[in-house]
Amino acid sequence: MSEQTAELTVGGDAAQPLGVYSRPKGGGGWRDWITTVDHKKIGILYGGAALLFFFVGGFEALLIRLQLATPNGTVVGADLYNQIYTMHGVTMVFLVIMPMAAAFANYLLPLQIGARDVAFPRLNALSFWVFLAGGLFLNCAWLFGDAPDGGWFAYSPNTGVSFSPGHGMDFYAIGLQIAGIGSLISAMNLIVTVLNMRAPGMTLFKMPVFSWMILVVQFLLLFAVPVITVALFLLLFDRNFGSNFFNPEMGGDPLLWQHLFWIFGHPEVYILILPSFGIVSEVIPTFARKPIFGYEFMVFSGIAIGFMGWGVWAHHMFVSGIGPISVGAFTLSTMFIAVPTGVKILNWLATMWGGKIRLNAAMLFATGVVSMFTIGGLSGVTHSLSPADTQQTDTYYIVAHFHYVIFGGALLGFFAGFYFWWPKVFGHKLGETLGKWNFWTMIVGFNVTFGPMHILGLNGMSRRIDTYSPGFGFELWNMVATIGVFIIALGVLFFVLNVILSARRARGLPPEPPDPWDARSLEWFTPNPTPVHNFDEDIEVSSLDEFWHRKWTTDENGKVVRKATAAEVCQAGDAENVHLPSPSYWPIVMSAGMPLIGFGLMYNLWLCVPGAALVLMAIYAWVFEPPDDPDGPFGHGHDDHDDHGDAEAGDESASDEGAPQEEAASVE
Amino acid sequence: MSSDAHAVHDGGTGLSNNKLLMWVFLGSECLLFGGLISAYLINRNRFGDGPAPGDIFDIPFTSVSSFVLLMSSLTMVLSLSALQRGDIRNNRIWLWTTALLGALFIGGQVYEFTTFLREGLGYTTSPFSSAFFTLTGFHGVHVSLGIVMLMSLLISSYRGTLRKENSETVEIVGLYWHFVDVVWIFIFTVIYLVPSPTT
Amino acid sequence: MSTDTPTTEATVAEAHDDEAHDHPTDAKYVRIAILLAVITAAEVATYFVDIGPALIPTLMVMMVVKFFYVAAWFMHLKFDSVVFTRFFVTGLILATAVYCIALTASEFWSKG
Repeated sequence: MSEQTAELTVGGDAAQPLGVYSRPKGGGGWRDWITTVDHKKIGILYGGAALLFFFVGGFEALLIRLQLATPNGTVVGADLYNQIYTMHGVTMVFLVIMPMAAAFANYLLPLQIGARDVAFPRLNALSFWVFLAGGLFLNCAWLFGDAPDGGWFAYSPNTGVSFSPGHGMDFYAIGLQIAGIGSLISAMNLIVTVLNMRAPGMTLFKMPVFSWMILVVQFLLLFAVPVITVALFLLLFDRNFGSNFFNPEMGGDPLLWQHLFWIFGHPEVYILILPSFGIVSEVIPTFARKPIFGYEFMVFSGIAIGFMGWGVWAHHMFVSGIGPISVGAFTLSTMFIAVPTGVKILNWLATMWGGKIRLNAAMLFATGVVSMFTIGGLSGVTHSLSPADTQQTDTYYIVAHFHYVIFGGALLGFFAGFYFWWPKVFGHKLGETLGKWNFWTMIVGFNVTFGPMHILGLNGMSRRIDTYSPGFGFELWNMVATIGVFIIALGVLFFVLNVILSARRARGLPPEPPDPWDARSLEWFTPNPTPVHNFDEDIEVSSLDEFWHRKWTTDENGKVVRKATAAEVCQAGDAENVHLPSPSYWPIVMSAGMPLIGFGLMYNLWLCVPGAALVLMAIYAWVFEPPDDPDGPFGHGHDDHDDHGDAEAGDESASDEGAPQEEAASVE
Repeated sequence: MSSDAHAVHDGGTGLSNNKLLMWVFLGSECLLFGGLISAYLINRNRFGDGPAPGDIFDIPFTSVSSFVLLMSSLTMVLSLSALQRGDIRNNRIWLWTTALLGALFIGGQVYEFTTFLREGLGYTTSPFSSAFFTLTGFHGVHVSLGIVMLMSLLISSYRGTLRKENSETVEIVGLYWHFVDVVWIFIFTVIYLVPSPTT
Repeated sequence: MSTDTPTTEATVAEAHDDEAHDHPTDAKYVRIAILLAVITAAEVATYFVDIGPALIPTLMVMMVVKFFYVAAWFMHLKFDSVVFTRFFVTGLILATAVYCIALTASEFWSKG
C-alpha cells in the first residue's frame, strides 16, 4: 500500500470527510483536547478539572472557617451554611480527590505497565467527560440558588422533600449518579488494561506499587459504585416519584439509606486514600535510593485493605441503633483494618531507614503523608471503640480525623506526585524553593487548622452547626483553625505560583533530560514529556524496578555501581509510524446528554427526550464509527474495516456500558 | 514489523478485551441487583394499608413469564452456536426468537403492573410497593436494553456484517442476556415463590 | 502492515474454531434447557403442594442449581477462562456477604 510510507502526523492535516461517522482529525488547539482518546491528555484533563474543583471546594472551606471564626458568626446564614459545607464535602470527595487519583491513574498506569494506551481509549475519554458533566451539573446547583444541603452523606429523612423541599438534593442525587457512571466505566477500563495490556514479562508481581494500588482502587470502585447507584436512585425516586423507601411516615426506613450509603462509603474511603499510598510508595524508594521495603507486604496489605474495607461500614452507624451484636462485630473488624494500614506505614519507614535520603519537595510531601496519615489513622482507631465513638460521633473530633486522613493522607500524596511526575508530564521540574515553601506552609497550616479540631470535638462542639454561642470554650480554637486555613490557602498559592513560574522559566529551554530523579519504574524509559506514542518499542520486563536495574548493578563487593547512564537506557521517543487510536467526538457528545436528562428529571420531563436522544445517537454513532483513522497510514480505512468487523465488535456492550475495542497501538 | 499489537498483550491474560469488559461489568451488576433485592426484602413487610405481597402475587402467571425468559436463554445460546458454525440463517432466526421471548416477558410485566395498579398497589402506596416496582422495573429495563442490543445485532446481520468471525459479539450480548435471566431466576424464587407476608 | 492485520485476524478466527469444538452441541443445550424447565416446574409445584419447613431450603437449592446451570453452560463459564468465573463469583460472593450482613443488622431474619 502506498500509505505504508506515510508518516503519522499527530493532529494532522485536514481530511477527506467520509460522511457523518468519520473520525475527527484533531486539527490542533482545543479540538484536540475535546476529541482526544490519548490517556495522557485525558489524565491532564482530569488533573486540570480536579484542580479547578479544588479551588471551588477550597473557597467553600474558607467561607466555612470565616463563619466559625467567632461566636455568633454572621458571614453566611444557617441555610447557606448548610449548602456550603455540604458542597465542600461533596466537591472535595467526588470532584477533587477521586478525579485527581484518576488523573494520576490515567497518565501513569499505562506507562508503568509498559502499554501504549488503555484497553478502551474512547471509553477512557467518556469516563472523563461524564465525570466533568456530573461535576458541572452538581455545581450548577449554585446558579439555581439551591445547592444540596444535607451533608455529603445525605442522611434521610433530612433529604426527603419535607425537610429539603428545594432541588438541592436532586442535584446531589443526579450529579453523583452521573459522576458515578464515569467512575464505573473508568474502573472497568483500567481493570481490563492491567489484566491485558502489560508489557512482555511484566507479571502482576512486577508491577510498581502505584499500579497495584490503582488496580485495587478500580476493584473497589467496580463493586462500590453500583451500591451508591442504588441508593441514589432510591433517593431520587423518593423525592421525585413519591416512593417510600426512606420516608418514616409511610413506614420507610432511614437506616436503609445509611446502610447503602456506607456500604459504598467505606470502600470509598479507601478509594480516596490508596492512590496516594501508591504515589508515596513510588516517591519514597526513589528519594531514599532503596527498593521499597517488603514489596509483597505492600501489595498484599493494599489488597487486604481493599477486602476488609467491605466489612467495616457500620462503624459509621454506631449511634443509629443497629444493636449490640452489630456494634460489637463492626468494632472488631474496624480495629483489624488498622493492621494492614500499619504495615504500610512501617514499610515506608523501613524503606527510608538507612537510605540516602534526598529531602526535596516531593519527598517532603511523601513524609508528610506518612506522618499526618499516622495521626489520622490513630484517631481513627479511637473511633473503632464504640463507647468512645458514642462520645466523638458528630463532633469536630470526627472532622479532625477525616481531614487528617483525606487532606493529610490523600491530598498531600497528590502534591508529592505533582512534584515527582511534573517533569514527566510537562517536561520541566517545578521549582524546589517554592516547592519547599509550598510544603511547609501547607503542613503548618494543615496542623493549625485541624489539630485544634480534636480539642473542639472532645469539648463537645458539634459538626455541621452554623454557629455557636460564646462561653463554651470554643472561641480560641476556632479562631486558631480559621487562621490555619488561611495558611493553607497561602500554601496553595505558592503551588499555583510555582506552576506558573516554572512554566515561564522553562519556556524556550530544552525539556528536562530523561530520568531527572534516578527513578525506578517503566514510565521513565520515555523522554520528558512523554511522547504521544509512549514507548518506541515494547520493554521486556524481567524484574520489579526494571528501569533501576538497567542502570545499576552490584559489583563483587555487593556495592551498587552504575552500569549504564539514564540517557543510554531511555528511549529516544522518536519512533515513527506508530499506529495510535483515532480521536472521537462521541464521548463528549454522549456525556453532554446526561445533564440534560438530569435537568429534565427535576424541571420538566420533556427535557429528558433531547438528552436521551443525544445519548442514544452518540452510542450508535460510536458503534458505527470507523474503527480507525480512515486516512491513517495503515490501511485500516474504510475499505477493509468491513472485513474485520471492528465496527460491530462490541456493538452490544456499547449499547450498554461498553464500547468497541480499540485496536491496541502497534509499531512498525 | 518488529512488534505488533499482540506483543503488547504478552504480559496479559490473552483474553478478549471486550469479553473481559462484559464480565467485569456483570460482576459489578451483582452489587446493583443485590442492593435492589435487599431494599425489597427489608420492605416486603411494610405494606401499610395497601395490598400485601402474599395477597397480590399471581404465581401461576409469573411462572409462565419466568419460563418464557428461561427459554429465551436457550434460544440465545442456540443463536450463538449457529453463528459459530457459520449458519447465518439460523443465527437470525434464534436472535429473533430471543428478542420476541424477551418482549413477551416485558409484555407480561406490563400486564402484571397494570393488574396490580387496578388492585390498588401503586408505586407510592407503601414501602413494599415502591421496592417491588423499583426492583422488577430495574430488571425490566435491563431486559429491554437486552432487546435493543438483540435488535442492533439483527440490523448488523442484515447489513451483512455479523458473521462467523465476529461471533464474539453475539457471545457478549448473550452473556448480558443470560445474566439478566439469572437475576430473574433469583428474583422469581426469593421474591415470588418464598411465601410472602399477607394481610 | 496491511498484510499483517488479516493474519492476526485469521489466527484469532482459528483460535475461535478450536474453542468452538469444545463447546457443547445444540442437543446438549436443549437437554439443559429441559432440565431447567423441569426444575422450574418443581419450584412452581411447591406453591400448590405444602411441603412444610423444607420449603425454603428446597427452593434455595433448586434456585442455585438453575443459576449454576445457566452460568456454567449458557454463559460458558465451564469452558471459558477461569478469569471470567473469578470476576463473576467475586461479585456474587461480595454481594451476598455484604447484603446478608446488612439484612442481619436490620434484623431481617428474625422479623422477616
